[in-house]
Amino acid sequence: MTEPTIYELSQPDRKGFQFPKADVPTTTVPADFVREELQLPELSELDVIRHFTNISKLNYSIDGGYYPLGSCTMKYNPKINEEAARLSGLANTHPLQPIETVQGNLYIMYQLQEWLQEISGFYRVSLTPAAGAHGELVGAMIIKKFHLVNNDEKRVKILIPDSAHGTNPATSSMSGFEVKSLPSDERGNVDLELLKAECDETLAGLMLTNPNTLGLFDENVVDVIQMVHEAGGLVYGDGANLNALLGILRPGDVGFDIMHFNLHKTFSTPHGGGGPGSGPVGVSEALAEYLPGPIVTIIEEGDDDNPPFFGFYYPENSIGRMKAFYGHFGVLVRAFTYIAMHGPEGMRDIAEKAVLNANYLMKKVQDDYPLPYDRTCMHEFVVEGHLPDAPDVHALDISKRLMDYGFHPPTNYFPLIVPEALMIEPTETESKQTLDAFAKALKAIAKEAREQPDLLHNAPFSTPVRRCDEVKAARDLVLCCWIPEE
Amino acid sequence: MKTPKELRYAKTDEWIKVEGDEGTIGISDYAQDQLSDVVYVELMVEEGDSVSKGDTLATVESVKAAADVNFPASGTIIAINEDLADAPEILNSDPYEAGWMVKIKLDDPSEVDDLFDADAYEAYNQEREG
Amino acid sequence: MFTPHTPQEIEEMLKVIGVDSVEDLFAKVPEKYRFPDLDLPEAMTEMEIAQELNEISSANATTDDFISFLGAGAYRHYIPAAVDMILRRGEFYTAYTPYQPEVSQGTLQAIFEFQSLMTELTGMDVSNASHYDGATAAAEAANLAYHFFRGKRKKILVSRSVNPQYRETIRTYMQGLENVKVLGDDINDEKLSELEAFLAQIDNDTALVVVQYPDFFGRIIDYTKLVEIAHTQGALVAFAFNPTALGILKPPGEFDADIAVGDGQPLGIPLSFGGPYLGIFTIKDKFVRKLAGRLVGETVDTEGKRAYVLTLTAREQHIRREKSTSNICTNQGLMALAATVYLSVLGKNGFKQVSNLCYQKAHYAAEQISALEGFELAFPDQAFFHEFVIKTPQPVNEINLHLQDHWFLGGYDLAHDYPELENHMLIAVTEMISKQDIDDFVAVLAEVTND
Repeated sequence: MTEPTIYELSQPDRKGFQFPKADVPTTTVPADFVREELQLPELSELDVIRHFTNISKLNYSIDGGYYPLGSCTMKYNPKINEEAARLSGLANTHPLQPIETVQGNLYIMYQLQEWLQEISGFYRVSLTPAAGAHGELVGAMIIKKFHLVNNDEKRVKILIPDSAHGTNPATSSMSGFEVKSLPSDERGNVDLELLKAECDETLAGLMLTNPNTLGLFDENVVDVIQMVHEAGGLVYGDGANLNALLGILRPGDVGFDIMHFNLHKTFSTPHGGGGPGSGPVGVSEALAEYLPGPIVTIIEEGDDDNPPFFGFYYPENSIGRMKAFYGHFGVLVRAFTYIAMHGPEGMRDIAEKAVLNANYLMKKVQDDYPLPYDRTCMHEFVVEGHLPDAPDVHALDISKRLMDYGFHPPTNYFPLIVPEALMIEPTETESKQTLDAFAKALKAIAKEAREQPDLLHNAPFSTPVRRCDEVKAARDLVLCCWIPEE
Repeated sequence: MKTPKELRYAKTDEWIKVEGDEGTIGISDYAQDQLSDVVYVELMVEEGDSVSKGDTLATVESVKAAADVNFPASGTIIAINEDLADAPEILNSDPYEAGWMVKIKLDDPSEVDDLFDADAYEAYNQEREG
Repeated sequence: MFTPHTPQEIEEMLKVIGVDSVEDLFAKVPEKYRFPDLDLPEAMTEMEIAQELNEISSANATTDDFISFLGAGAYRHYIPAAVDMILRRGEFYTAYTPYQPEVSQGTLQAIFEFQSLMTELTGMDVSNASHYDGATAAAEAANLAYHFFRGKRKKILVSRSVNPQYRETIRTYMQGLENVKVLGDDINDEKLSELEAFLAQIDNDTALVVVQYPDFFGRIIDYTKLVEIAHTQGALVAFAFNPTALGILKPPGEFDADIAVGDGQPLGIPLSFGGPYLGIFTIKDKFVRKLAGRLVGETVDTEGKRAYVLTLTAREQHIRREKSTSNICTNQGLMALAATVYLSVLGKNGFKQVSNLCYQKAHYAAEQISALEGFELAFPDQAFFHEFVIKTPQPVNEINLHLQDHWFLGGYDLAHDYPELENHMLIAVTEMISKQDIDDFVAVLAEVTND
C-alpha cells in the first residue's frame, strides 16, 4: 500500500488545530505585504497521527533490528537519554537567558567538555559543531589558521589516506587546501615510504582515521604522527571510529593535535533518520586559542557550600563562530547522561565488547566472503561482497537480499580501496544471538549467490518497496508533493 | 566496446576527432559504460572561450558518480552541444556521434600526437580491465 | 550499561576468534599508551542519573517560570502534543540516514513532505532536506553563490540588519575561499535612508546580497528595488526569513529571491538552550545542481509503485570528495520531521492563526510600551512582524534585572552587537503571551522610570 502524502490526504475546510482567539485589539497588516495564498494541508489531528504512524512502520530502525553499518556505530539509543533531553527545566531554556538563570545547562556542558577531554586526552573541547563534518571543517580551519599565524603560508597540502571518509577531502578543499591522496600498504596501514615523500615544506597536515575505515588499527600510528610533526605539519584525527578506543587509547596521548567526536556514533545519541548529530572538537594546548566559541568555563570557583559559577568565553584567536548559539544542547544532554551512566569501566567495556563482537563476526563470515586484510580488526571489518564463483553477483545484490532476511545491509562500496566492499560494524550492544543470526543469513545468501543468483539480482522482495529507479529520480526531478489546484 | 579508428583518445577517456585545425571532443564508450546512466551534463565553457589542454570541459553526473571531462588539446570553443542539457542520456546511447560535447579551433593540431590511437586505447582498456 | 554479553558467551566467542582474552585483541595498540585510567566519575545507574538530572535542571529558571519577551533568533511557541508523540517513535528517531530506500520509506516520505512544505511556505521552487541551522544555511547560500559564479565574483554583501550570528557564521565559512570578502554590514541602514548606501555597494563583483525578512529588528522591509538592482548587476539575492512570519506575510519567492534560508525552530522545536534547530534552505530551480545537502526525490520501484529516494547524490561529499562544493553529510532529520508534523497539525488555518496572533499581540505590546514615559519605538511608522525595538530610558541590562525580580525576561540588549544601539531593547511577542502578561509587563516597566 502506498501511503498518500499529507497534501493528498488534505480536505478543503477540514477543521484541525485551533488557537485561542486574539485577546488584543486588531491591527491590520500593510496591504503591500499581505500574503494571498498559503497552500498548507488541512487535516484533522487523527489524519496527522495516523499518517505519520503509518509511514513510520515503513522504516527499519535500531529499535526494530540490527544495523551492521560500518563507520556509523549504530548502537542502542538508551531511552533515559530521551527523558533527559526533554526535562522541561532543560528544554524550555532560551539561549539568550541571563547565565545566572541557566547554571544547570552550563554545568552539563562544562562536565561534558571535561569528560570528553579526559576520554580523548585533549586539552580543550568546543561543543559547538553541529555534526561530524562540521567538526571536521573546524579542524581544517584550525590547521589553516595555525600555519597562517606562523607565517607558513606555503603549507597548502593536506594528506588524506585513500580509505578516508568522503567528508575529509571535501572539508579540506572547502578550507582552501590542496588534497593529496595517500595510498595504504598491503596491511592496510598508511604507507610510511609514501608518507615520507610527502613530508616537505608544503605539508599543512594529515587527516587520519584510526582505527581506519578498514577497521584496522594503524600499526605505525606513533611513527606516522611523529613524521608529520617533524615536517612541521599537524595531525587531525577523524573520531568516527572512537568506539574502538574508549578506555583503550587516548588519541591526544599518541600525538593527535585535533580530533572531532561524533556524539551520534560513539555516545549513543540517536541518528534521527539523518540528524541531528553533534561534532565537538578537541585540541592540544597549542591550538586551544583557535577553537570556535563559545566554550563553557568557570567564572567563579565554588567551595564546600557553593557550586562553581559558570559562564562562556570566546577563545582569543578563534577561527570564528560556526553556527548560531552554543551547539546542539539537546544532543549534548544525551551524551552527558550516557557517559555518566558508564563511568571509566563502562567506557572501556564499550570498546572491548565492540571489538570482541567485530572479531567474532569476522571469523564467522570470512569462510564465505573474501577478507582483504587478514588481521585482527578493531570495532569493524571489511569483506568483499563478491564471490569468486558467483561473478555476476555484487555487493549491492547481497545487500538487497539481506533485507529479505530482516537485516539492514552493511555499508556498501566504502572504503573505495576495497572493490565491492561491505563494511560491517556490529557495535557492543548487539548480542551473540543477533550476530549468529546475521552470520547465518550471510552464509545462506552466499549459497544463493552461487545457486540462484537471480534471487539476489531481484531482491528485496519482502520490503515495503522493491528496488527503486534512481536514474529516473535523477533525470525526472520531482522534489515536491503534487498539490491539488485551489 | 566501440573504438572508432579515426579518433584519438586520452588516458582520461576523452576522444578527439581532428579535421584540419578543428577538433570535436567527447567521452568514449568505455567512459560512458563506467559511469552508467548519465543524468546530467554541466558544460563549463561557452562559445568563444579560450581553453588549455587539461582544463575542465564539463562535469558528467550519473547516479553513482560525477566525473570531470578535460580538454585533450588547447584551442578556442566554436560550438557546444546544446542537446546535452535536455537529453544527457545521449552520452550513453551515442557517445561518438550525437554525443559530441564541444568543437574547438585547435591552437596546435600536433598536440594530439601524444594521445592514444584506437589500437593503443583498446589495449589500454584491456589492461585496465585485467 | 548496555552490553549484553554473559561470561559464558564471552568465553565461546574468544574461542572462535582464537585468543585467550579480550585484551589480546588490542595487541597492536602501543603498550606505552594502552588502557589508560580515565578520571571519570563512577558509573551511575539509570535511577541515579535521573535523580541527578532533576537536580541539575532545577538549578535553571526557564521560560515556564518567567514570562519571556526574548526573541533574537529563537522563539517560544506552543508545540502541539502530537509533535512529540511522533518524534518519540523509535521507527523515526532510531532510524539511520535513508541510504537504503527499500527500508527507509518512512523517513524519505517525511523529508519529501518537509521539502514540499518549505517550498510552499517560502514561495520558492526547491527545498533541500535541511541544514544544521539558519546561520549555517546562510553560510551555505554564500557558498552556493560563490560556486555558481565559479569563483569569478568575490563579494558577499550582507546587510547590517541581518542577525549578527548569521553574519559571523558567513564570515567563518568564507575564510576558506580565496579572496572572498564579506562586506556591507558596516553601513548603518537603521535609518533606512542609508539603505541607498548599501544598494550602491552592489556591483558586478557581487556574488550574493543577503538581507533578512523580517529583519533582526523585526522590521518588514520591501526589498523589491534591492532585488531589481542586484539582478541587473547579475548578483544573486538571499533572504533570511522567519517561518512564522510567512503565515501572513508575502513570501520571499514573490520578491524574486534566488535563495531563501531560515531557521525552522519556531516550527514545533523546543528552545532547548539554542539547539538542535533546523536550517531551511530553498532555491529557484536553476540552482538545483549546486544545492548542497540531502535531497529526496520521487520515483517508482520495480513494480511501478511510488517510492522516494535520496537523489542527485553525485553532488555530495561521498562521491565528489574534494570536488564537492560542500562537505555537509547530514541533515537535521528529526527536527525536519518536527516541523513537518507541526505544520500538518496546524495546517493552513492554524498556521495563519499563530502568525496572526503573534502580529496582533506584538502590536498591542508596542503600543502600550511606547505610551510609557521614557520609552519609545526606535523605528516608529515602520511595519514590523512580532519583534520591535524600544529605546529605553536606562541601560537595558538594568531594566532586565528589575524585570527578572518580577519574573519577566525582558528583550534582547542590542548593545551587545550594535554599539550605536545602546539603550535599545529588542522585544518579541508570540501567541503564548496573553494580554494580561503584556499589561503586567508594562506595569513593571513603568516602575523603572519611577525609580
